[in-house]
This record gives sequence, structure tokens and C-alpha cells, in this order.
Amino acid sequence: MSTVTHTPGGPAGADQAPPSDRTPGRRAAAGGSRAGAKFFNGFSHLFLAVWAIMVVYPLLWVVMSALKTDAEVIRNPLSLFPETLQWGNFARAWTEGQIGSFFLNTVLVLTGSVFLTMLLGSMAAYVLARYDFPGNRLIYYMFLSGLTLPIYLAAVPLFKGVYNMGVTLPFLGPNSHLMLILVYVAWSLAFTVFFMHSFFRTLPTAIAEAALVDGASHSRLFFSVMLPMAKPGLISIGIFNVLGQWNQWYLPTLLMQSVAGEPKNQVISQGLIELSVNQGYRSDWSGLFAGVTMAMLPVLIVYIVFQRQVQSGLTAGVSK
Amino acid sequence: MRHGVARFVTGFLALPVGLYLCYVVWPFLQAAGYSLTDWGGYSDRQQFVGLENYLRLFSDELIRKAFWHNVFFLVTVPLFTIALALFLAFLLNVGGREDKAGIRGVFGSSLYKVIFFFPQVLSLVVIAVMWQQIYRADGQGLINGVLMKIGLVNPEDPITFVYDPEPFLGVPAVLWWLLLIAVWSGAGFYMVLFSAAMQSIPKEIYEAALLDGAGRFHTFFRLTLPLLRDTVSVAWVYLGFIALDMFALVYIMTPSQGGPNHASEIFASVINFNAFQKGQFGYACAIAVALAIFTILLAALQLRITRRERIEY
Repeated sequence: MSTVTHTPGGPAGADQAPPSDRTPGRRAAAGGSRAGAKFFNGFSHLFLAVWAIMVVYPLLWVVMSALKTDAEVIRNPLSLFPETLQWGNFARAWTEGQIGSFFLNTVLVLTGSVFLTMLLGSMAAYVLARYDFPGNRLIYYMFLSGLTLPIYLAAVPLFKGVYNMGVTLPFLGPNSHLMLILVYVAWSLAFTVFFMHSFFRTLPTAIAEAALVDGASHSRLFFSVMLPMAKPGLISIGIFNVLGQWNQWYLPTLLMQSVAGEPKNQVISQGLIELSVNQGYRSDWSGLFAGVTMAMLPVLIVYIVFQRQVQSGLTAGVSK
Repeated sequence: MRHGVARFVTGFLALPVGLYLCYVVWPFLQAAGYSLTDWGGYSDRQQFVGLENYLRLFSDELIRKAFWHNVFFLVTVPLFTIALALFLAFLLNVGGREDKAGIRGVFGSSLYKVIFFFPQVLSLVVIAVMWQQIYRADGQGLINGVLMKIGLVNPEDPITFVYDPEPFLGVPAVLWWLLLIAVWSGAGFYMVLFSAAMQSIPKEIYEAALLDGAGRFHTFFRLTLPLLRDTVSVAWVYLGFIALDMFALVYIMTPSQGGPNHASEIFASVINFNAFQKGQFGYACAIAVALAIFTILLAALQLRITRRERIEY
């Protein structure tokens, strides 16, 4: 840059300088910054690589520690290469640590809750976005308000409400899959409605009118015309909900405590908290690492396969 | 015809609205109601005490601590995460070689983006349990282990991380260690967000800047950063919410869920402590209502500050 200001004619005359005078000056500038550019390029790579290592190394360390013996975890905690691969740790965490059943519970709950969230969420969003009726705004703002209020505010009454419900209707009481599904759906609705609402607004009205003229009913119009048209939005919000509900830990910790004798219906994040406490007492470090690995890898693999969709899905959620 | 529409609208709204009222709205309203009583949570005895719980808030030492810890996270989490994310996005998009077509992104930038995004898809619980092992206060922990090996840490006197209530720069050390995890897990996501925003800025603007002789630093600070204003302020709002929600880390990682010696209490952990350990549901609800008011005020304030004319390309 500095070479530019030193071109003959000075800064004041630079503007009037003929092109032939200017070109060498610009050349010199480019030449001078080339070394700087190279240095900067190297620095960029170095810093980015360091951060990449800081992200990957802990993850790799957890996975590799899951394949060590307990003695090795203690003796040689830092190495990334186990002496022999202990696949048994995974089996132990899966059965004894009950990661297996936690996994199954999570999949069971999520299958129901994500499907219902998407269905009910887009139904509500569609009606709110495209039909005018008294109370429309009120209902929309009611959903919207759920976005700002902290979940902890509702924690105590929610716990109490579910507990009371369980006295008369055990399948909606604490530690029941169905109850957790409904609670997940309810708590995911706010964002899903908000997101899909803005999506349905952008869809053209001409097609909807044509379908109605052709004699389609309103619900038929929704299911066979509008919903397929909203597919990109559905994918984004679907990814958001799968990840969000898979990672949910507060609601299950609050509502899925099993009393002695009851079957353990806990989900994976909750099970992991339990595992971290229990294996800590038993000094079963490799089992704990195996549990964390099993909770972590499926999500990471799904992410790597669908990374473009996941990245755009999640960032779209923020920039809306 | 009109009748059909009404039936359709009600039919579509009944279930979602019903569920939402039952599991979200009703508990919120109840919380506001309970906050005016001295309900203990386990008995049915509850008495209306008016605003007593709210008055008690102001003299509660724990609340005061939690408030300042929340403010600490509210300032530091967005600040550090956004700064790091912007820096990474800057390197990624501007760190490459310069040629006739302008300044390019760094080689392999898409791979970096994939990797940096990893923590975002992991659950907070996985992150917390993992960092628990990284933060172990003996040679078995990742950080202590490495530092002991290169001789920076005395094996007799390891770093105690989340067990360290000693203040550092006036804030308990445990909070700084939790902050590090939050920044570690958040930076990648916001980097991807900023990167996408940077790439949506039209090339012509950059070409014009390049013709005017602007270097890459000038271009970044004078052009890119101002154009990213909207995205950065949205990120700030979101990170604000995340900062209020550091509870997962506090709950899983710190001794007695807010310790040591209440050094890492935040609003959520105080609510949890009062409701489920001290059995004071009424009071816990009052704290929660205070937190909600705090959150809404904050959101309104942020919207007010960050609202500005949008730049359309």
C-alpha cells in the first residue's frame, strides 16, 4: 500500500497522473503485498488448522479412550492409540450402562415426536399464515411468546401437572413415552410454527386458488399441494427438530425420573448424565467413554453425510 | 363455503393449540400464580402471600450472585464467540491467494467448515460429559495431562478447573472454564453463519473496492464487517439466549450443581436448587418470573439497539 502514496506526482497529483505512470506504481504495490499475502495465507492456514485440531482432538480422544482398558486409561491417558482395541467396552456400556435401552427409548420417542411436531406445526402455521379469521393474530403471538420465555419458568408447574395427570391417566404421567412425546411436540411447536409461518407466506397464491377452483377441499389443498411445495422449509425445520429433540436433556431430566421398580424409560442424554455419575463411582472410565462415543457418533455421522442440508437448515433457523 | 372454512380452520388448529395450551401456556400461567404463594411443592398446603416472594428476591444473596454470573455470561459468551467466529470466517474467506479474480478463500475452506461445525450437532450433555473428562483435576484429564507432560503444571498442584472458586479478574475461575466450553462449542456455528453472509455480498462490491486499491484488511473492516451488521446482531441476540441457558454445563459439570460453594450459580440453577432441594416451589416460581421479565426486557432492549435500516443488495 505504501508504495502507492510514493508514486511520482505525490498523492495530490495521483488522480491526474496518466495511466502509463500509474501502472508501474500499481505493479509495485501488488509485488510488495505478494510476500505479505503469502505470509497471511500461511498464517490463515496455521490458525485454522490449530482450531480444527482443538475441535477434533477432544472428540478423537474420547473415541480412542473408549477402546482402551481401564488400566490403560489411567496409565496412559493421553495416547490416541490403544494397545489392543477393546470393543467389549461398548458392549458393557450398551448392556450394563443401559445405553442400548436409552437409545431405543430415544428413537421411539423421537419417531413420534418429530413426526407430530412437523405435522401439527405445519398445519397450525399454514392456517395462521393463509387464512383470515378472528383470533388469528392472538394465536400466532401466543406461539411466538413461547420463544422468549425461559423453560425454567414452566418447570415446576409442568412437573406438578404431569405428576397429577399420572394419578388418573398413568400413560400420560411421569416416566411415560407418550407423555414425553406430547411435551416435546408442545415445546417444539413455537419455533416450528414461527418458521413455517414465514415459509407458507412466501408460497404463491395462484396455485392454491387454482386447486380450489378445481374442487379440492381445503385439507386436500394443504396435504397434496401446499405441503409438497413447502418441502425445503420442512427439511430445514425437520433437521432442526431432530437435532433439538435428540439433544433435549432438561425436559426428560425433569419428567422421566423412574421410581424404583418401574421400567427405565430414560432417553440418551439423560442416561448419559446418569452414566457419568455411576461410572465415576465405579471408575469404569472406558465404559463412560464408550457411552459418550455411542451418543456422539450417530449424530456426527448423520451430520457428515447430510452436512450441506444440516448447515443450511440450522443457519436458516437463525437468520429467519 | 364460509362454514367449511371455519370447520377446516378449527380442525387444523385444535390439536396444536390444545397441546400448546396444556404443556406450555398453562404451566407458565401457573408459575405466575404459584409465585404469589408459599407452596412447598410436596404438600397441598399453600397460602397466598402476595408479593412477599418477590421482596425476598432482593435480599437473597444467592440471587444477587446468580444475577451477576448471568450478566457475566451475557456479556462474555456473545463477545468471545462472535469475535472468534468472525476471525475464523475472515481467515477462511480472505486468507487465500490473490489473483486476477480477486482475493480467494483459503484452500480447503469447505473441509474446515465441516469440522468447525462438529460441536453444534453434539448435545450439550455429550459436550459437558466430554469436557468433564478433559477438565479432570489429575493427570488423567486431557489438559492437565498434556501440561504435566511438557512440565507446565506441577503434578502435585494440578489445575482444578470447575472446582476452583477463586476469582480471576473478579469472576470465579469456574465460570471462565465454563465460558471456554461455550465458546468452543459455539464458534463454529457462527463462523458458518458469517461465512454464508459474507458470500452473499455481491462480488461487484469487492471488485470495486479492489479497483480502488483497497487491501484485504481494509476491505474486511470497511466493507465486509459493516455489511455483516445485520447477521452479527442476530447472532448476538441468539447467543444472549444461549448465555442465559448455560444450565446444562452448570448442572452436569460443577460440584453440587452450582458449586463449589455457590461460585457458579446462575438463575436456572438457583430455581432448581430452591424448588427441588429446598422444597420452596413458590419462591422458585417467583425467581422464574423474575428471570422471564429479565429475559423479555433484554430481548426488547436488544431489538431496540440492533434495529436499523436493512441493506438490500
